[in-house]
Amino acid sequence: MHWLEPLVEIGGTGFGPATPDDIAAILVGTSLKAIGKIADHPFIALQQRLSFARAGLTRPLSLADYARTGGWAGLKRARAIGANRLLAEVLQSGLRGRGGAGFPAGTKWQTVANAPASTKYVVCNADEGDSGTFADRMMMEGDPFQLIEGMAIAGLAVGAGQGYIYVRSEYPRAIAKLRDAISFATEHIAPFRIELRVGAGAYVCGEETSLLNSIEGKRGEVRVKPPLPALEGLFGCPTVVNNVLTLAAIPHILAEGGASLYDSLGIERSRGTMPIQLAGNIRHGGLFETAFGISLRELIYDIGGGTFSGRPVKAVQVGGPLGSYIHPSQFDLPFGYEAYSQADALIGHGGVVVFDDTADMGAMARFAFQFCAAESCGKCTPCRIGSTRGVELIDRIRARPSTASGRVGAVESFPQMHNARKVPSTRSDDLTLLEDLCETMRDASLCALGGFTPYPVRSALRNWPEDFGPDFAR
Amino acid sequence: MERQSEPAIRIVVDLQRKVLEIIAVRLGEEAPLLPILHDVQAAFGCVDEAAQTTIADALNLSRAEVHGVVSFYHDFTSSADLRPALHLCRAEACQARGVERMVAAAEAAAGQRVELKTTYCLGLCSVGPAARVGDGLHARLDETGLVKLVQSL
Repeated sequence: MHWLEPLVEIGGTGFGPATPDDIAAILVGTSLKAIGKIADHPFIALQQRLSFARAGLTRPLSLADYARTGGWAGLKRARAIGANRLLAEVLQSGLRGRGGAGFPAGTKWQTVANAPASTKYVVCNADEGDSGTFADRMMMEGDPFQLIEGMAIAGLAVGAGQGYIYVRSEYPRAIAKLRDAISFATEHIAPFRIELRVGAGAYVCGEETSLLNSIEGKRGEVRVKPPLPALEGLFGCPTVVNNVLTLAAIPHILAEGGASLYDSLGIERSRGTMPIQLAGNIRHGGLFETAFGISLRELIYDIGGGTFSGRPVKAVQVGGPLGSYIHPSQFDLPFGYEAYSQADALIGHGGVVVFDDTADMGAMARFAFQFCAAESCGKCTPCRIGSTRGVELIDRIRARPSTASGRVGAVESFPQMHNARKVPSTRSDDLTLLEDLCETMRDASLCALGGFTPYPVRSALRNWPEDFGPDFAR
Repeated sequence: MERQSEPAIRIVVDLQRKVLEIIAVRLGEEAPLLPILHDVQAAFGCVDEAAQTTIADALNLSRAEVHGVVSFYHDFTSSADLRPALHLCRAEACQARGVERMVAAAEAAAGQRVELKTTYCLGLCSVGPAARVGDGLHARLDETGLVKLVQSL
């Protein structure tokens, strides 16, 4: 409920957004900023909070608060039932990686557990670089012990003694909270140890293999898979790499009966709850945790209250900078991995960014390529060079009307250039070329940065061709 | 070859000693390069060539390897910029809330005095446009607010 912040709470009743001038009126109970009981507010009451059950209600760094609200119960039970049953319960819960790829967490853990090695690691990916996402940040700032407990349970399950949290440097407050939380929790998670590592401003380090390289003190370049990190990960050892939300969901699952409850929620193979982040041009933004299956229409209009600017919604980008732009005609799509992938979209980390009708989708498609060019690690050609060529192509498409032709470049005109085209290209040639480029990037990039950049580009072109030139035929 | 004056040599030696102190604190850690670079960047505002050489020697790496890492990450620079810096988020969510329309005014206010840097996402996507100055975060900026913030640096 970010639009109501700063939020003052007195005995469960909320006042917001509060300014210093409101304080006197709030204290005597005459403030017009009163919103009633916070727990009854529709934005909170309609949620189903499992991962974020504690956030906002307890003091994030208080071990006493944490223990009082069910903290460490999952870890205690995990220690009691042993690694095999623990793995079985995580598998049963149907929990899938919340970072974006949605790989079943239990299967990944099983692979690491079965790998023969004396040293194994648990790595928490807290490099939440996607625009429109902030659930990891809110977890780290609001309930850091839950993440730490989840990591300790993961360590038990796979036989790892050391964990790393890799957090991005753009989150100074989360870094400070985690530092304290790790030192406070040392005794509770021993003999498991956790070390905090701070990123250095590279978006691509959210990709698991480049994150591992970064922890190892190398350039954050992507590694070729296989070998999977589950078999050869950090320092060549079997490694669990999970997102903050995945690990933070574990304590709940491991509490008595948690796995069956988790499995009972959701649709298809998308089980449990997803912390969805409503962002961008939205009136009522913030974090909304709910079971899979909710539609975008409900999220944006019923819960989000439409746009912040009051103008009509033009597009919604789901899943961060590499997610598709979704047209209002598709707003009935149920939120889930399968439904989105069938619609040529992805839910990624659960970020929902709303744009009003002033957005220029041609410019957004160009930005997708530009972002990819700025953040590419440079290891594979489709991403490193394709992204720059993509920016140029979109500029060319947008710059000229459909009838006019380009010109043959000076270099292309040389007789030695046997394979260069000798006739000027038309816009339809450029569109074919763009399609070709998108296909190459999708199929031949090493990781999701290059591989998924075509999603926003293609969806923008498909749904809003008029933004790519005034006389564009649909 | 021009002879360096006595005080200049002393400064160089002092700087190197400081870098070595930073390294010594971290040396027991697993793969300490990134934490060392963060500490050096924080202490000097950059990781210059001399510091890179010192770090490479201490960690038994080649200078090329250390330079490769320094040049890869946006947070590390090889020369110091002493101007105050403002990191303005220009990712999709802040674009949807109109950050691009404010950039020109911010640039004008910054001029040569303030370093205006682009960042992609501060995780304040429902209350953008957002900016970061050091460890301080600023949300719900409008053009006036952003210009004021730039001027206050």
